[in-house]
Amino acid sequence: MSTIPITGAVDRPWILPSRGRVGMSALIVAESAIFTIFVIAYIYNIGRSISGPTPQQVLEVPIFATICLLSSSLTIWIAERALHRSNMKMFGLWWLVTWVLGVIFLGGTAVEWRKLIYQDGLTIHTNLFGTTYYSLVGLHASHVTVGLIGILTVLILTLSGKVAVRHAERIGVFALYWHFVDAVWVVVFTVVYIVGRS
Amino acid sequence: MSDRAIPIGESIDLTPPQGMAAGWLELLHDWVITVDHKKLGIMYIGYALIFLLVGGLEAMLIRVQLAVSNNHFLSPETYNRMFTMHGTTMVFLMGMPIIIGIANYLVPLMIGARDMAFPRLNAFSFWMTAFGGLLLYYSFIGGVGLYGAGSAPDVGWFAYAPLTEKAFSPGHTTDYWALALIVSGFGTIGAAVNIIATVISMRCKGMTLFRMPLLVWLNLVVASLILVTISPLTAAQIMLEIDRYLGGHFFDTQAGGSAIVWIHFFWIFGHPEVYVLVLPAFAIANEIIPVFSRKAIFGYPAMVAASVGIAFISLGVWAHHMFTVGMTSASNTFFVLSTEIVAIPTGIKIFNWLATIWGGKVRFTTAMLFCIGFLFQFLIAGLTGIMLSVAPWDWQLHNSFFVIAHFHYVLVGAITFCLFAAFYYWYPKVTGRMLDEKLGKWHFWLFVIGFHVTFDFMHIPGLLGMPRQIYTYEPGRGWDSWNMIVSLGGAVQAIAVLVFVFNLVWSYSKGTVAGADPWDAWTLEWATTSPPPVYNFAVEPVVSSRRPLWDLKHPEDPDSRYE
Repeated sequence: MSTIPITGAVDRPWILPSRGRVGMSALIVAESAIFTIFVIAYIYNIGRSISGPTPQQVLEVPIFATICLLSSSLTIWIAERALHRSNMKMFGLWWLVTWVLGVIFLGGTAVEWRKLIYQDGLTIHTNLFGTTYYSLVGLHASHVTVGLIGILTVLILTLSGKVAVRHAERIGVFALYWHFVDAVWVVVFTVVYIVGRS
Repeated sequence: MSDRAIPIGESIDLTPPQGMAAGWLELLHDWVITVDHKKLGIMYIGYALIFLLVGGLEAMLIRVQLAVSNNHFLSPETYNRMFTMHGTTMVFLMGMPIIIGIANYLVPLMIGARDMAFPRLNAFSFWMTAFGGLLLYYSFIGGVGLYGAGSAPDVGWFAYAPLTEKAFSPGHTTDYWALALIVSGFGTIGAAVNIIATVISMRCKGMTLFRMPLLVWLNLVVASLILVTISPLTAAQIMLEIDRYLGGHFFDTQAGGSAIVWIHFFWIFGHPEVYVLVLPAFAIANEIIPVFSRKAIFGYPAMVAASVGIAFISLGVWAHHMFTVGMTSASNTFFVLSTEIVAIPTGIKIFNWLATIWGGKVRFTTAMLFCIGFLFQFLIAGLTGIMLSVAPWDWQLHNSFFVIAHFHYVLVGAITFCLFAAFYYWYPKVTGRMLDEKLGKWHFWLFVIGFHVTFDFMHIPGLLGMPRQIYTYEPGRGWDSWNMIVSLGGAVQAIAVLVFVFNLVWSYSKGTVAGADPWDAWTLEWATTSPPPVYNFAVEPVVSSRRPLWDLKHPEDPDSRYE
């Protein structure tokens, strides 16, 4: 048995979008839908807790952690540009900076949670605020964690000299995810620390 | 394999002889580790067929229980598990896997690609879906939790809060339900990401978006819809598990949470889900009706636009499941109108299919018969849908058997009919053998009769006030004879499905050898052998119209001349 060959002349070049970027964009849409539902649940439940503590009493605005996370979007972009120019030293440096900024953010969340749990006595089952707060911020933190594991993996591969300019496309796809995690934080920050405390 | 080394114009079958001297262990190993979209597609479909039989058995048990009044064939507890498992199974373990399986098998072939965009993600998605199903059914043995209460979920397929909260559903049955759907949901999202990337990035030369077969278009729309449909369900299930395991209060009304929010979240998933299931059925009809009418599809751009339109509108209709919840008049009015707007794009589709058949040389193969059945039944399903979209009518009939009859008219009368058509149409491609047409005609007529006896008459006890999900009923309410008729029709459908399964098995070894293109069709999957080799096409195809095989067979009058 043989296949029927179908051939014909096509003069125009045939270029399609990168499957990695399309796939990651699709995943980001799906993730956004998950976050949307959690954000809606948070907004809907603002002020519905029947016991304390309330966000006004216990939440502090994590300005430093936020600055770290948002600037990591910039540093990952600088790292990508360095990779495109095959400047592996600069790539490694800025990639490391990105990872450190992410770790600082996650550490900030850990410190904040520690304070909330041990000083303020707010856990996920204390009241509705606790339930919605820990699940929304926790959902975001779990995405940061996944991103940090990814960044660390690339960092280790870079240090062992296995990353080259030919990986720029894949790293670019991964960076999309990281930008998404940062962008979601803008929404979470606004909802939890600005709208939720007002 | 360096296929580019093969000289253009020549095609060599490089498939190693299959199944030869391979023991069953090697064969099993081969299937477990495969990343081939065709094998994964077949596994999706096989998995779905197994659950079709399981879900069908559960439906039959429900119908035996309801056939006569005051029946005690099942215990009330078992009855609750049966309708929960029937619904969950048919939607998540039969419907979703089978549409994804068909997309998996056909989309790369139809766009002239060698595989999906992410073959390993594809395998991952399948196994997540498969283990999700196993997790759900494991609840029959594992569901008896610390409290010794129940086995298998019994909260209904929409699992309304607060019934699902720990206080009212002790034990682990509800957790199995939620976790199974989270796990298989991840698989579904992975498959959707893969289908989108495949359609956007893997098309062969010349396959512009508006030359893609409509099946591919519709699966692109469905995959996009899955992204924004399954994810909310996953989010809601996570919230439910936070409530159940970590003592959260999302749906805990006593702590200020809201059960209504669950209903909203569930139907934000639940209604678009209907279109996730029905659009692939449309996709199948879009391929089969033109081939057996011997005409190109009528109104291709309108079909694409209508599909995209349906997907958008479907995101804004969910609360028509909630007219009896007690929303404001403004919300009720909005959801009445948005629901009725769905009739416009679906109407466009029905007219386009009719126009495709109009004046064609119709060949009444089994596949075409199922498609024609689909056209009639989908129309009726749409009409009862419009009736139910009118809020006062819904207040009267909400949660009655009228609603059950309506959505089974969609799920069975439209979707299952198209799925059966797909089996008769593509089975030759997948196996290299034709499904037996004589058995096929038996299957069709038995199924169409059984379907109408069951679901036409099921509307009547609903109109007479019979609510859904009741264990049994008193005699003398005028429901007895109708329920008996419905149950008998169910038995006829069951026989038809058994004929179909027998046909699948029998034709696999005894069917007529199909050849590459048994239907004289026009899309790319028929350009390769049946079954297709692992790499699909020895030479990457180049297309210059919507019907590449027509161009090939009719070089004197190719479609590309008219584009």
